[in-house]
Amino acid sequence: MAKVFIYPATSLILSDLVARFGHKPLGAALGIRERIQTAGVDSPPLQITPEEPKRGLRYAAVEVPAGVRGRMAIYGPLIEEAEAAVIVTDADLAFGCMGCARTDELILFSLRQSGIPILELKYPTNDEEGVEFVAAIKKFLAGLDDGGEA
Amino acid sequence: MAAYTPGYAGTVTKYVFVESPAMTPGELALRAYEVSEGVLIKETCFGLQVTGQPEAVDRLIAEIRTFDPTHIFVKDRGFPPGDPRRCRANLGGARPGYLGHEREFRILRYITRGLEEVERRGEEAEVPEPASVREKRPVLDIKRLQELIETEES
Repeated sequence: MAKVFIYPATSLILSDLVARFGHKPLGAALGIRERIQTAGVDSPPLQITPEEPKRGLRYAAVEVPAGVRGRMAIYGPLIEEAEAAVIVTDADLAFGCMGCARTDELILFSLRQSGIPILELKYPTNDEEGVEFVAAIKKFLAGLDDGGEA
Repeated sequence: MAAYTPGYAGTVTKYVFVESPAMTPGELALRAYEVSEGVLIKETCFGLQVTGQPEAVDRLIAEIRTFDPTHIFVKDRGFPPGDPRRCRANLGGARPGYLGHEREFRILRYITRGLEEVERRGEEAEVPEPASVREKRPVLDIKRLQELIETEES
């Protein structure tokens, strides 16, 4: 079972397909759950404390806004942990404020720099593309069992 | 600063989405209750939220998937059910994150079709070329750039 980072990190479809084909999806929920279930200082709504931007310095320079570094404190460890990644490149649901947008760019950059096997796809818009989408993910994930090569 | 004591520590919460012509969220909830064995189940408009110890949730999810394998989809959730920071009963309007689910919910029928077809075809299903997915933006020709600069200056 490989750990597969999914982008968009909140994607239902990618999370389901990765788990369905026998691997562990690494998405935003894991990072958020870790913070929600850890006792400490009350910092609603996501328990992102002032410590997170400091941890984010591992993934982004000090000149980078604290909002991006705080978000990277969630995603950075997941990217480090990932053994492969599935990316949907035209995910219009992965929009947000400037902090989210820049964090998304940094996540994609970090994934592509990390050297792990990456599968890039677009969301299907018809049945035929749906078959290709599922087949591509299945083939990619099946290849991960053979020593991590896709 | 107030101290924070987490609820549901050590548990896992997962969303179960059902997009099926043969099963409603209500029916799914009834059948899930029959095999829940201590896992907390909350029925929603799109399916369920299940919360419990990781092993128990994994077992329940595996059981739920068998009800309608190509029409039931599962993903992790960070917050427990009814958390006042996320529950729309406290916030009003759609829960944060719901709109993303709604967007993907419209595509689920293609995924269902894909799952059925891939299962039917086995290894013979066609796979698109990954390289063709990431398109490069066309480069601005240097002569065209020069023309633009001259047009701007005049």
